[in-house]
Amino acid sequence: MSVPVRKTYKLYVGGKFPRSESGRVFQPAGNDAVNVARGSRKDLRDAIVAARKGLATWSGSAAYLRGQILYRLAEMLESRRDAMVTELRLGGATPAAAKKELDNAIALTIWYAGLCDKVQSLLGSQNAVQGPFFNFSTIEPTGVIGVIAPDAPALVGTLALALPLLVGGNSVVALVSERAPFVGMALGEVAAASDVPAGALNLLSGHRDELAGEFAKHRNIDGLLVAGAPDAELTQAAADNVKRVRFCDLSKASWNNVEKLRALSWVEPFVETKTLWHPVAP
Amino acid sequence: MAKTENQNPAAQKKVTKKVTKKVAKKSLGQPELKFGGWQYASAPEGTDHVAIEDRYGLFINGEFVRPKSGKYFATINPATEKKISEVAQANGKDVDRAVQAANKALPGWRKLSGDDRARYLFRIARILLERAREFAVLETLDNGKPIKETRDVDVPLAAQHFFYHAGWADKLGLLFPGELPEPVGVVGQIIPWNFPLLMAAWKIAPALAAGNTVVIKPAETSPLTALRLCEVFAQAELPAGVVNVITGDGATGQALVRHPDLNKVAFTGSTDVGKEIQKAVAGRKVDLTLELGGKAAHLVFEDAALDQAVEGVVRGIFFNQGHVCCAGSRLLVQESVHDLFVRKLQRRMARIRVGDPLDKNTDMGAIHSAEQLQRIQGLVQAGVDEGAVLFQAKAALPKKGFWFAPSMFTGVTQSHRVAREEIFGPVLSVSTFRTPEEAVVKANDTSYGLSAGIWTDKGARILWLASRMRAGVVWNNTFNRFDAASPFGGYQESGFGREGGRQGLRAYVKLRSGLLPG
Repeated sequence: MSVPVRKTYKLYVGGKFPRSESGRVFQPAGNDAVNVARGSRKDLRDAIVAARKGLATWSGSAAYLRGQILYRLAEMLESRRDAMVTELRLGGATPAAAKKELDNAIALTIWYAGLCDKVQSLLGSQNAVQGPFFNFSTIEPTGVIGVIAPDAPALVGTLALALPLLVGGNSVVALVSERAPFVGMALGEVAAASDVPAGALNLLSGHRDELAGEFAKHRNIDGLLVAGAPDAELTQAAADNVKRVRFCDLSKASWNNVEKLRALSWVEPFVETKTLWHPVAP
Repeated sequence: MAKTENQNPAAQKKVTKKVTKKVAKKSLGQPELKFGGWQYASAPEGTDHVAIEDRYGLFINGEFVRPKSGKYFATINPATEKKISEVAQANGKDVDRAVQAANKALPGWRKLSGDDRARYLFRIARILLERAREFAVLETLDNGKPIKETRDVDVPLAAQHFFYHAGWADKLGLLFPGELPEPVGVVGQIIPWNFPLLMAAWKIAPALAAGNTVVIKPAETSPLTALRLCEVFAQAELPAGVVNVITGDGATGQALVRHPDLNKVAFTGSTDVGKEIQKAVAGRKVDLTLELGGKAAHLVFEDAALDQAVEGVVRGIFFNQGHVCCAGSRLLVQESVHDLFVRKLQRRMARIRVGDPLDKNTDMGAIHSAEQLQRIQGLVQAGVDEGAVLFQAKAALPKKGFWFAPSMFTGVTQSHRVAREEIFGPVLSVSTFRTPEEAVVKANDTSYGLSAGIWTDKGARILWLASRMRAGVVWNNTFNRFDAASPFGGYQESGFGREGGRQGLRAYVKLRSGLLPG
């Protein structure tokens, strides 16, 4: 048997796989031999610039197309099953848990893929106003949304937070699990093979303590979705540009229950309602 | 139109110049109809049927009570500077008492059937309409806005909000797909002085429909209609404690948003205060909706029905003395019709009748307060200092009270303060654009995002532009329209959450599968 070919775990920014500009790496617990890029503030800023571009492409594509791309993401997860399970196991999952998590990830992705072209009808409306006016409300993405994913589950945690945002037409900059970043970073490889437009989904690895506050502070991020209990400090920093902020504090059982992770109500906080008025006249 | 789409900019300039001249001669060259300078006879609305107490307490647990602070302050008529009445200054203890009352009333109110909650709200809507004239006059006295507006806009819309939301109280299961919404709990609400009654209605009605109880603080300079609304609640026999009204200044508001027993805060006001509130409730699992400032772009294309657009622009910026968060304060006119449009606007502005707000012929009333007048004057001075050209309608302003003539700046650039800061007064800033793409860039060059206006005859262009405006409400070939069924609220730093419509009610319920608030 020949010497195994190892993989360098890099960031996923603007559809490319850069190393951290800082040149730093870290070794997640229990994996002293694996060097994972340790994203910096500058990497975050680069990712936001990429996400701003990705937002235009992603929100500008037809909902049908976005649905197909997310479905393709599920196909790619399925076809790379062995590789993804390996990444999950590297993060400490048992074989059974890794398989279950991948099943959940695929099921979740398919559910959200099919929601893309329904969400407008479900959250928008035509409004019966007084007077000769045609009045309707549509939804639009809030913009670039920062995600701080949970440590576990490493794959489903990232997807469960990113997918509702993508369904709303937002672009995402996500900080993946710090403890088990491998599968989160591999998700970038899956996205790149799924025609997810460059910049629509950006994945960073690094230290949550170092980066979460920067996500909250940055004025070119429009919203923040954080795994964990509400954190006053993050919200206070986010208020500087009136970011939309939500926290997702689930039990382990809920994170492992795919039913609990499929929610239109997770899409809604990160879309904006736009109401149009026009007179009606002969 | 086709001519100006010429790709050669030099040729385009020539052509548009010619067109402008021709049009100018045609429509503005005609003599203006003048009836010998006749003035309107004064037609003041009577005030005798509006009994005003010398002093008002706080409305807590279904009755007016004296403030624990023992302090009162005056509220004046901005058109005369005369004191109308005194209201209580609620301190921390008063706030606590009000929140406790709301808390105590919560279980009974949320347990009440939707049908019965609906009936209370229907009653309130009816009583409000029955007493419409009284509310209109009182609002005009306390706020300074013309009776024409309180009578035709503020009061009827306030009643509509109660009627509209009454019909939701027994249909909460239809609100959000797949959810059985629950009330949030005790809601603290803070509202501004520009639409005192209307804001109270559109905050209280959805909260009650969804089964919440309320502590609301009207603005310190315009508290009287919210206090009178308490009389309506009493007439409707609304259970005690379901709505509590506390008056006071910013300190009262701070005490309210910091109260630990609130489950939701809803605020309408400035972006600066909104950010402070977002910080104050951070980490407390308190739901929050913010309806903040604006600096709306109002786009006029050369193919628009220009005379209608003039009316829309006037309505957009001079309605309610420009004290409107969604006011169309940044006029962007296509270069080819700029000169003509500005002349038309000037002529129209000269016909705006400024004066006694109680006069039924008055178009523009008093600036709400001395403080606001000062802010407007300061920003207008900044506009002059920065080189924009000021036009002010020649209006005979009363000697007493706070007044400001309808004003317009031309030659405004994107960096001028009058183009960036919310003036919240009757001051329009005008600049130009050439292409739809440029219009979009200029319109979105702001951290606000509350509203926008578009005037063009091309349907496809309207939809193209409207989808690119970073704004929560887009008025097309109209402006400043409001309805209880129509969601209202902003993008970006104009806040989050909607008011009105299904989306507005959504902000007053908890969904079982929902994420936690920041």
